[in-house]
Amino acid sequence: MTTKKTIRVLIAKPGLDGHDRGAKVVARALSDAGMEVIYLGLHQTPEMIVNTAADEDVDAIGLSVLSGAHNTIFPRVISLMKQKEVDDVLLFGGGTIPEKDHPFLKAEGVDRIFMPGTDTKEIVFYLQSALNDSTPSVIEGTASKS
Amino acid sequence: MGLKPKSINEQNPDKHIEPVRNMSGLEIKPLYGPEDIQSLSYEADIGRPGEFPYVRGVYPYMYRERVWTIRQLGSLGPPDKANLRIRQLVEMGATGVSICLDMPTIMGRDSDDPMAEGEVGRCGGVAIDTLDDMRALLEGIDLETISINFVSNSQSAIILALFCVLAEERGVPLSKLRGTMQNDILKEYQAQKSYYFPPSPSLRLTMDTIAFCHDNLPLFNPISISGYHLASAGATPLQELAFTLANAFTYVREGINAGMAVDAFAPRLSFFFKVHNDFFENVAKFRAARRIWARTMKDTFKAKDPASWRFRVHTQTSGSSLTAQQMENNIVRTTIQALSAVIAGTQSLHTNSFDEALSIPTPLSERIALRTQQIIAHESAVASTIDPLAGSYFVEALTNEMEAEALRIIQAIEDNGGVVACIENGYFQKEIAESAFAYQQAVQNGERIIVGLNAYAEGEEGKIELREVDPDFEKEKVAVLKQFKSNRDPSALEAAGKALREACRTGENVMPPLLSGVKAGMSLGEAVRHMRSVFGSYREKAIF
Repeated sequence: MTTKKTIRVLIAKPGLDGHDRGAKVVARALSDAGMEVIYLGLHQTPEMIVNTAADEDVDAIGLSVLSGAHNTIFPRVISLMKQKEVDDVLLFGGGTIPEKDHPFLKAEGVDRIFMPGTDTKEIVFYLQSALNDSTPSVIEGTASKS
Repeated sequence: MGLKPKSINEQNPDKHIEPVRNMSGLEIKPLYGPEDIQSLSYEADIGRPGEFPYVRGVYPYMYRERVWTIRQLGSLGPPDKANLRIRQLVEMGATGVSICLDMPTIMGRDSDDPMAEGEVGRCGGVAIDTLDDMRALLEGIDLETISINFVSNSQSAIILALFCVLAEERGVPLSKLRGTMQNDILKEYQAQKSYYFPPSPSLRLTMDTIAFCHDNLPLFNPISISGYHLASAGATPLQELAFTLANAFTYVREGINAGMAVDAFAPRLSFFFKVHNDFFENVAKFRAARRIWARTMKDTFKAKDPASWRFRVHTQTSGSSLTAQQMENNIVRTTIQALSAVIAGTQSLHTNSFDEALSIPTPLSERIALRTQQIIAHESAVASTIDPLAGSYFVEALTNEMEAEALRIIQAIEDNGGVVACIENGYFQKEIAESAFAYQQAVQNGERIIVGLNAYAEGEEGKIELREVDPDFEKEKVAVLKQFKSNRDPSALEAAGKALREACRTGENVMPPLLSGVKAGMSLGEAVRHMRSVFGSYREKAIF
């Protein structure tokens, strides 16, 4: 426990859409769970997101997309991550992203997509499992289905 | 007789009933009685429908005279497809339509802007770049009879200019144009976050359009002061009520400060509320809003025209209440919400489609949404009697409580320097984020049950067909726009741009130069760039 590294997560809203309720709720929940959250806020370009991820040396990037532009935005972010060699960073997303688009986005390199209605504890658990070590702290309530 | 009525707790002090709070955090008792409304005077505090203080409704006969406007979304990405959709809705019995804009248009960017990539015509919104798009959108639509509600905010002055120039081309006098421009910039900073410029110049643009409509479009509602987006971002119904009215009073003050007589513009101010899951809380919110508005307009702002006292409101069922799990349940949620809006006396109503938690609606889900309103209007018989819940101990007590709490919040905003200062110091954003987080916590810990989500969940979901957006539209739109831009007279365009920048600088009304600009082919994105060169940009501090 004591040697555990604090997880650093960047949360942002790419593109033009201003519906930031979900992004803020997730940022707050991750922060409450002890993670360091860099909340970039609204109207971020893929360049701004990837540059900040590199500068801040984050472990994960979480993007919230409710505009329907996910199939354009995620691949742009991924190609920039490759270009700038930000490739040891976990990319996950959420918003109004229909299930039929998940296989494409996962093939592109999005590690996990959360559906509307996701319990924030599930996101905390996911990041702890994927990033920290093999002994994620136990959470009460819902178990992750992944 | 003469016995003092006992509350349920007094009758049986040992019985423990779990306390319940509504979404606004107000404690709801298991039973209400005469003791809860003892000080209420029917004449002074409630009154008849169509009479001050309008708690029972803004018109004397309400739906017995005319059913609320059944207003659905007529927008789809391509303007010509949106046009077909509008015609279809009218054929299906809708009596009003709302036009949403796509994200690039909302953010003041043309379809060929690099920031627009992947977003053109999405999100259930129509892409409006130029006068050609407005022509295609409204072709063959009778502008004098169909009330168009433009869900337009930061770009309202430009959309209004396009609408007016189109009307002029079609020979329709501006004085006969009906409809509404959302045009509520304050809530953009508080919640929806589609602003371009700092709050002060933005507010001035809204006032320019209100003044222009006051002089030229007397039947048009130049603003729809919106609580809907505040609630979508997480505000409780009480915060929605208080913040919306605080914003409205800010516009009233600005109008008076700009030299307009209060009764000259206040009658055209209109409102937009959300109805969420709590039925009686919705009803109390509307009734409280009508009383606060009427009394403040009369007593504080000295309005003398009864039309200035009437809180006229469009309502939409709650998009944020829709679940992606067991999506068909959303039809039921929407029905209950819509019913509460009707019982609350709305002037106009939009019902959401059940698949909107994941996508823009399909023709099937849109049809169900429209038919929901028609079933309420024609089958349920609830429209036969005005304000049927008046006199209910509970509803009257809750109306009083919502009103008192809202007035307290409105006063606190005043004490903190007013709405613009509270935007700049982050008060609204913090309050709304706090409520959004509290709601999420209540859902996650099971305090608030959402059927199919945190209770009665089923795991594997049945597949529901979602609407696809035409993948080729963006490319086509960009090509057409480039063609349009290459066919303009550069000197006329330059002159129009100069006049627009000049008006922004001097404080002259921006509408005349915008009208000349769009006639010369100025695009929406170009107009915004001219304005931005004078007003500058705004970025909020990212807080969560």
